Amino acid sequence: MKICEIEKHLGAKALTCLGLLDRDVTSACGSDMMSDVLAFVKDQAVLLTGLVNAQVVRTAMMMDMLCIVFVRNKKPTQEILDLAEENGIVIMTTDKRMYDACGILYSNGLNGADING
Amino acid sequence: MADVLKLHFDVDGDDFTSAGEASADVKKRLRLMGYDPEIIRRVSIAMYEGEINMVIHAGGGVADVSVYPDKIEIVLEDKGPGIPDIALAMSEGFSTAPDTVRSLGFGAGMGLPNMKRYTDELHIDSKVGEGTKVTMIVNT
Ligand SMILES: Nc1ncnc2c1ncn2[C@@H]1O[C@H](COP(=O)(O)OP(=O)(O)O)[C@@H](O)[C@H]1O
Ligand SMILES: [Mg+2]
Repeated sequence: MKICEIEKHLGAKALTCLGLLDRDVTSACGSDMMSDVLAFVKDQAVLLTGLVNAQVVRTAMMMDMLCIVFVRNKKPTQEILDLAEENGIVIMTTDKRMYDACGILYSNGLNGADING
Repeated sequence: MADVLKLHFDVDGDDFTSAGEASADVKKRLRLMGYDPEIIRRVSIAMYEGEINMVIHAGGGVADVSVYPDKIEIVLEDKGPGIPDIALAMSEGFSTAPDTVRSLGFGAGMGLPNMKRYTDELHIDSKVGEGTKVTMIVNT
C-alpha cells in the first residue's frame, strides 16, 4: 500500500515529507508503548500511535520506519514535525481512533508485523 | 589506531525530548560508513534503549561508542542510583519506572531485554548508590 493510500483510507492529513507519499509499505503496527515497538523487528514501516512526543519520531528512526500516523486527532508540535521532516518520515494525523484506524488499514490489506521471537 | 573510530556523547538527564540524539547520530555515521542496515538497526536500538534508561532512571550520563574493524562497542555510564538486582532488572516486563515515564511511552520493562536481544554481548556493572556501566558489543 502506498503512503498516500493510507492517508486516503484514514481521511488523514500528511504534514511532513509530502514528496515521499508514493512510497510503498507492506506492514504496520499500532502502540503507545515505544519499548514494545522497539521489541519488534523486521520491516513494519508504519507506526500508528496515540502518543505524541519526540521519542515517537526517534523510535521510528531507530526502526527505519517511513510513516507515523497520530490517531484521535493528536496534534504534533513543530519540533516533532521538524525532526520527522529532517529524517524523511511522513507524519499524518487522523481523527480516527486507534482500533478503527488499525482495522481500516488491516482490512485494506496492510498486515501486521512479525514479532521477533 | 587509525582504524578505530571513537565517539563521545554527554546524555542530558533533564531533557527527555533530546534523549536519543546520541543514538540517532551514531546511526547516521554508521550509515555513511556503509554498514549493513540490520547491524545499524541493532546498534541503534540497543543504544537508544540504554540512552533512555540513563535519562529516565539515572539522571543522564555519558555514552562512548568505539567502531573497531570487527565490532562496535557501546559503553553507557551513569552516576545514578544503580541496579540492586540485575537478574530481576533483565526480566521482561520488570520496571521501576513511575507512571509519568509510562505516559511518555517507556517503562514497559522491555529495555534491558531488548538490549540483550539486539547485541552479541551485554555486560552490566552496577553499584547501588554509585552508578551503572553498561557495555554492549555488536560483532560486524
Ligand atoms: N541506568 C540505570 N540506572 C538505574 N536503574 C536502571 C538503569 N537501567 C535500568 N535500570 C533498572 O532496570 C529496570 C528495567 O530496565 P528496562 O528493562 O530498560 O525497563 P524500563 O526502562 O522500561 O523500566 C528499570 O525499571 C530500572 O529499575
Ligand atoms: Mg528502559
